[in-house]
Amino acid sequence: MTQVPLIHILLLSTALFFIGMYGLLTRRNLITMLMSVELILNSVNINFVAFNRYLYPDRLDGVFFSLFIVAIAAAEAAVAIAIIINLYRNFRSIDVESADEMKY
Amino acid sequence: MSASAVIFYIISVAILVPALLAVTSKKIFRSAIWLLFSLTGIAGLYFWLQVEFVAAVQIVVYVGGIVVLIIFSIFLTQQSGKDLPAPARVRTIFAVLAACAGFILTCAVLTGYSGLATRAVIGSGTVGSVGNIGSQLLSTSEHGYVLPFEVISILLLAAMVGCIVIAIQHKPERQ
Repeated sequence: MTQVPLIHILLLSTALFFIGMYGLLTRRNLITMLMSVELILNSVNINFVAFNRYLYPDRLDGVFFSLFIVAIAAAEAAVAIAIIINLYRNFRSIDVESADEMKY
Repeated sequence: MSASAVIFYIISVAILVPALLAVTSKKIFRSAIWLLFSLTGIAGLYFWLQVEFVAAVQIVVYVGGIVVLIIFSIFLTQQSGKDLPAPARVRTIFAVLAACAGFILTCAVLTGYSGLATRAVIGSGTVGSVGNIGSQLLSTSEHGYVLPFEVISILLLAAMVGCIVIAIQHKPERQ
């Protein structure tokens, strides 16, 4: 893995982040927006692990940060899906445009 | 170009192409399956970086947990055979512009750091072994992570209770 410079891994995670960003901006369905958020969180994780391996290979802090991010992402996905299912019960739709009860 | 570099570029394609398909696919179920492939590719990248524990966690939590949860919620809330409505053209154009502009800006910033001094990567199995990760994660010394570990345990418990409270409401149906 020393043959690949760190910058290539950073470019990969940047591309993944902006793919997730594109999905978040175009999709109007809550589940697909949640998928985009997962992609963004994963790109952050790649950065943490890559910096840990390339800059501080004798330490483990980046690994711990990515593990904590994974745990928080799991909690966030579970709560988001509970909210989505509850929203579906109330509105019969999970489009973000239909959830406008508190708008006015 | 060595075999390791070739493997890295293959893994990058295996991450980015399914990710792109996951955010552009017309059918929501296919979108979830592409997301699964992309997350598996990221686990492959962690294997390539020789952080086997994070790769295992990635497979167990993301591929085994979150994607399954997403697929269940698709089955509960969508007719998964139907196409999603296409986004408005203006929104697509501006989303592409925003994403490309952000990507180019970040790349421009990153290339300024291309000569970043990286230290020699020592072989796996010494620092990143599961034993070392476990003992440092639960150590109470200065570089230990026992307090964040406990906080995240409370967070997971709270999330679990919160999910049950949110999802088990039996309200009368809206007329």
